Amino acid sequence: MTLTEAGHGAVAEAAAHPGFLSPTGVEIVFVLVGLATLGAAVVTVTTKKLVHAALWLVAALGGVAVEYLLLTAEFIAWVQVLIYVGSVVVLLLFGLMLTKAPIGPSPDADSGNRPVALAAALVSAATLVTLVVDAFRTTWIDLGTTGRGSTRVTGEALFRGWVLPFEALSVLLLAALVGAIVLSRKGKAARPGDGHGGGGTRTSGHGRTGRDGEAQG
Amino acid sequence: MHLAYPAVLAALLFCVGLYGVLARRNAILMLMSVELMLNAVNLNLVAFDVWLQERLHTGQALALFTIAVAAAEIGIGLAIVLLVYRTRGSSEIDRLRDLRETDTGPDAGAASGADGPEEQAGVQATTDSGRQTS
Repeated sequence: MTLTEAGHGAVAEAAAHPGFLSPTGVEIVFVLVGLATLGAAVVTVTTKKLVHAALWLVAALGGVAVEYLLLTAEFIAWVQVLIYVGSVVVLLLFGLMLTKAPIGPSPDADSGNRPVALAAALVSAATLVTLVVDAFRTTWIDLGTTGRGSTRVTGEALFRGWVLPFEALSVLLLAALVGAIVLSRKGKAARPGDGHGGGGTRTSGHGRTGRDGEAQG
Repeated sequence: MHLAYPAVLAALLFCVGLYGVLARRNAILMLMSVELMLNAVNLNLVAFDVWLQERLHTGQALALFTIAVAAAEIGIGLAIVLLVYRTRGSSEIDRLRDLRETDTGPDAGAASGADGPEEQAGVQATTDSGRQTS
């Protein structure tokens, strides 16, 4: 098929579907939830209060879960709610708590290269949106048939076609678990042995070099 | 539904996450922005899976795998951030400059930093232990 034939086919296909000026109900809901998600994401990356950033991240991730539901990917939506909203954000809040994040606004939340970051984000957003709109302007998703992303369908696809990657992923999760435990234990194991008492791992660094010197000498 | 709606939303979410990764100073806020970028990718995967209507559901399976890998990443990332905080007393990524290349050599770079002598001692200890393990 030549390019012009493909173009004609795309135009004919687009003519068979409603345009952007007559959106369906699902599209209206999708755009509204998308605006809320995008707003929550923008507040997440711009707010000065660290804990509020985590809470706005919950709103953004929940909005993405609603978008999954609107795209009929039911199982992914609930996995998103369970894993992201349920555990990842809780982990992030624990991380904020353990690094003694201030409750109030912290003025140095943004680094000095903020204008460069803004320029990079705007340029990439303009490029990506132009490209994506130009490429998929005429593409239509058929959401008609029910149950395409239901738990049954997704589970059958996952355990028929993707068993080996699934098992490899479980090994990866185990490795990540062990790695996190090892990373967390190393500082604790070095501290009681150095004999300098409290004061964090900076003193344990001295202890380690001292021990290294003994080992070399 | 037009495919352009989820694709544009995913592109915008990705760019918001990109801004966060580049502009934030706190390491945990940077991890949050990485999560936003991963979610944009997942949204693309799900939208294209629904569009292509494949029998194997590649997009949804890959989105599930991405979510699991993101969970592993956030666990390891937070462990590293906590270790850095315990070692250095701050989780601000602007200050982690020990591996930075300088024109005049590593000693001048460490001495010209705005940190006190304690920080230099910490730098020395880290490089010593790193040299020992290598």
